Amino acid sequence: MHGVQRPVSPHWIYRWEITMWLSSLHRITGLLLSLGAVALAVWLIALASGGDSFNAVSRIYGADWFKLLLVGWTFCFFYHLANGVRHLAWDGGYGFDPARIRLTGRIVIVVAVVATVAFAYAAIF
Amino acid sequence: MSLMSPLNRVLGLGTGKGAAEHWWLQRMTAVALLPLGLWLAYGLLSLRGFDYATVVAWVREPVTSILLILLVVAVGYHSALGVQVVIEDYVTGKGARAATLMVSTLAHVGLTIAAVFAVLKIAFGS
Repeated sequence: MHGVQRPVSPHWIYRWEITMWLSSLHRITGLLLSLGAVALAVWLIALASGGDSFNAVSRIYGADWFKLLLVGWTFCFFYHLANGVRHLAWDGGYGFDPARIRLTGRIVIVVAVVATVAFAYAAIF
Repeated sequence: MSLMSPLNRVLGLGTGKGAAEHWWLQRMTAVALLPLGLWLAYGLLSLRGFDYATVVAWVREPVTSILLILLVVAVGYHSALGVQVVIEDYVTGKGARAATLMVSTLAHVGLTIAAVFAVLKIAFGS
């Protein structure tokens, strides 16, 4: 295979569209949420281990740098959830025409940002 | 004429192996996580604070314990399936892929069981 110039899929010649960004973002937020799930598990295990362990974990989770992580995970959560609904609709065969697919993409971004700001304001800061 | 081997026909496996089941479980856990995820966000929002006594009292309520366990199991399953797809897409090489998949599965099963145990211990603890 080395040195042979085979024709490749021309996927990289396409102009990037909102749908492509959002599709990548679904996977990226999903992976980050898997890390967030680890943080949730650690929180529950510390809680089960008693007050001292919980307070130790709470000090880390309450630190400014960790609050940034929490805000990030909040965005990942709301984005992945909203875009997940979009994916489920597609699985059912709905919302595939180009106009609708762009519109729902924009709605998902707005929903995720608004929900993140509201949640961060109410529960994190 | 079927191109499946006799063994695969017995096991119901084509080249896609468990793909249909993987796809379906990914959607089923996604549907479960819609209400469970929103419930968790609501639950965290309605907590008065995040000190030990408040959080323990909340987790100990039966409805909270039950929903948390359902959430933890659904998250563990959904995450395991999602990470598996990402590994299969990007980790090339048979050995590296098998090793990464094994680490991911062990971590997911381990953390899910640990988190379920934690909730049960809080729920039934004195």
